[in-house]
Amino acid sequence: MSTTAATETHTGHAEGHHDLGFIRTYIFSTDHKMIARQFLFVSLLFLLVGGILATMVRWQLGFPGQPMPLGGMLPDTMAPGGIILPEFYNSLVTMHATFMVFFALMPLQAGVFGNLLIPLQIGADDMAFPRLNMVSFWILPVAGIIMLASFFVEGGAAGAGWTSYAPLSSSGEWTGVYMGQILWLVSLTVLGFSSILGAVNYVTTVMNMRAPGMTWFRIPLATWSLFVTAWLLLLAIPILTGGLILLTFDQTLGTAFFRPEGSGEPLLWQHIFWFFGHPEVYILILPAMGFTSEVIANRSRKPIFGYHSMVIAMVAIGFLGWIVWGHHMFQSGMNPLLGMTFVVTTVVIAVPSAIKTFNWMGTLWRGNIHFDTPLLHAVAFVSLFIIGGLSGIFMASAPVDIYIHDTYFIVAHLHYVLVGGSLFGIFAGITYYYPKMFGRMMNEGLGKVHFFLSFLFYNMAFFPMHNLGVQGMMRRIYDPNQYEYLQGLQPMNTFISISVFLFAATQVIFAFNFLWSLRAGKEAGRNPWKSNTLLWATPSPPPHGNFPEMPIVYRGPYEYSHPDHDEDFWPQDDPPATSGSGGQPAASPNPELVPGD
Amino acid sequence: MNFFWRTGMVLVGMLTVVIVLWVITGPSWLDLSWVMPDNVASTFGPTLDNLWLVILWITGIVFFITEITLVVFLLKYRNREGRKAEYSHGNNKAEVVWTVIPFVVVMALAFYSKGIWDDIRDPDRIPAGAYPIHVMGAQFEWSATYSGADGQFGTTDDFESLNVLHIPVDQPVVVQLEAEDVIHSFFIPEFRIKQDAVPGMSTPVWFEATATGEYTLACAELCGLGHYRMGGTVVVHSEADFQNWLAEQQAQAEAD
Repeated sequence: MSTTAATETHTGHAEGHHDLGFIRTYIFSTDHKMIARQFLFVSLLFLLVGGILATMVRWQLGFPGQPMPLGGMLPDTMAPGGIILPEFYNSLVTMHATFMVFFALMPLQAGVFGNLLIPLQIGADDMAFPRLNMVSFWILPVAGIIMLASFFVEGGAAGAGWTSYAPLSSSGEWTGVYMGQILWLVSLTVLGFSSILGAVNYVTTVMNMRAPGMTWFRIPLATWSLFVTAWLLLLAIPILTGGLILLTFDQTLGTAFFRPEGSGEPLLWQHIFWFFGHPEVYILILPAMGFTSEVIANRSRKPIFGYHSMVIAMVAIGFLGWIVWGHHMFQSGMNPLLGMTFVVTTVVIAVPSAIKTFNWMGTLWRGNIHFDTPLLHAVAFVSLFIIGGLSGIFMASAPVDIYIHDTYFIVAHLHYVLVGGSLFGIFAGITYYYPKMFGRMMNEGLGKVHFFLSFLFYNMAFFPMHNLGVQGMMRRIYDPNQYEYLQGLQPMNTFISISVFLFAATQVIFAFNFLWSLRAGKEAGRNPWKSNTLLWATPSPPPHGNFPEMPIVYRGPYEYSHPDHDEDFWPQDDPPATSGSGGQPAASPNPELVPGD
Repeated sequence: MNFFWRTGMVLVGMLTVVIVLWVITGPSWLDLSWVMPDNVASTFGPTLDNLWLVILWITGIVFFITEITLVVFLLKYRNREGRKAEYSHGNNKAEVVWTVIPFVVVMALAFYSKGIWDDIRDPDRIPAGAYPIHVMGAQFEWSATYSGADGQFGTTDDFESLNVLHIPVDQPVVVQLEAEDVIHSFFIPEFRIKQDAVPGMSTPVWFEATATGEYTLACAELCGLGHYRMGGTVVVHSEADFQNWLAEQQAQAEAD
């Protein structure tokens, strides 16, 4: 194969890339692509855990007080006779959110795609600090095991919500959860180091290791999004870690940072948490916006509309994300005169989001749209992000928030952003980059079935939650039927629950497709999507060291359907001489860039 | 099968699934309502419902325009034999338009909201003659303290009412919210009022009921295993009834 030949003849990069043996290759690997795959498998497992917890939450809400199928397997401290206990319900709600946010969506985006895409899209042979990168990955399963273990200690897992508002979270006397809450704190403290190490790596790599010609405004939007995300991680995670340590002191040493006895301040926890928590929201969606941009431009065969405003919008979101945290606290007892400040900053952040949405639509406009699975997921991202963005405007208005705060309207909003947005974006990312990661295509038919069923069941599950919120149904309540005015909503809750079960079941198709295609998928070749970025100039999967020769970048990443070029794509590293002028035969693109069979 | 047939069949299939599940589980169409429930019973309730409606119209229009445009683009610019996409990197005029218009709209909304927010929450605008009640949230009950005949809290003639908040109609009431153990949230859906009760803090929240009757008092902030049942009742009396109730309670408190 020409690939191996090229690697052998090339000396600059190949040195030191000798055979590494099983453990260094597959377990303690320092190769960013292997680390990306490790992140992928582990965080998909945590996604499964979070999903199972969600179905249990929905069982209780859809069929309150009825024994859960297979629930008899749970111990009596959780669900005697399969009937979920109120304290276990609180743990389920807390742990579902914790696993989804910290162990699934964060590593699935920053972990998997930060590692996979950054070096390959900027033309680097690996990350700046490969060993830190390895440590960054290995912290994830360790923290995850600590978190999972908390289910099995006395008192059960943390049950104060994923936001862990003090003083509920600061002492076991209010919840009956002692060790579980401490393990929650320890696990997230440990996990924070994974994000920080990853972020240091991403920032350094993007700033220092770009190939010749890869100017800032030739960087693909996925890498831009991950770069902004890395900065947010680097600055936000230490704030959370600081708060977690103080809360751990309150729990274990009897300090009173967040407890009123001893003149502590419960609202201080909320300020710390949301000062981290709002940038976190963008950590959870910016990378998905990045994959969406790549996929929509590529599958529309059209340059991204307004590349510069896309970049500026992401940087603006990165900045504004720091000054909106108070909108989580309008009803918290925070000085009401601060309310207006946060209303203004919050509505302003809607503007860059709108810019991005319109630019995605502008990219589709007069494009040549190929309806492959990644495109379907990317368009779903746009359409669902519109809903999540618009519902955000309701709660950004502080007076409207008085009624809908802590209701299902908020639950609907955040799931439109984090499932409709992030998760569909992640599906777009996985289906689009799968061939580069594993050298094979995922099955297109199964991909489409998975997409349409997911899109349907997703909306059936989460759209009516807006309406539950309008009716005044509070979030995190074990049994809404305790309130007379919510009893009429039981059929709707059952409808939602069954939709959630169907949505969860649909993911089996994805899991099957993912695993089956590892072996049986069609060989992908280098560039199955006929894409321009450097990522696709490497073999699939790329060898250790990535690029046989240092690539040179001649143009931006979205030169699709260029009028002076015969092909409808024009790779960033394609030298201008081969572009069809002069004596060169016009239609002779580099044969290795054509998809292999 | 051409593109439209396939798309149509997918849509019909999806709709069938929705209808089947809807029939099996049997929610009411009214449950899908997007306007605030018709149960409002406080003075600023209608103002808030109206603001909700304004935002619903704005976001609703944007929703339909963007989603329909998206679908039209997908159908119109789908890949067909011999098509080539237009080579365009964007349009600065368009960028300015879709930056400025959303900015103006959301800022207008923000300042419209400000007036309403201040009326409800600015501590200086709490009506001077508002009837004071102290409410304490504790796992898992609400207790209301009334000042008794002397109008002073912390004196011997104070009396309490557990999980039932009695208030007069057509008269502003100011509740001083406190919490004994963890954070609770004082939520009266029909009054469109919600305020967290935080231990170590005393937060004023005022409202004025417009109709007599019984309303729901709920806890809206996760406060432990009994959070879901931390409910109570708000009883709105006519002025005369309220005075009678106060007198009755005072007599009872003195007798104890």
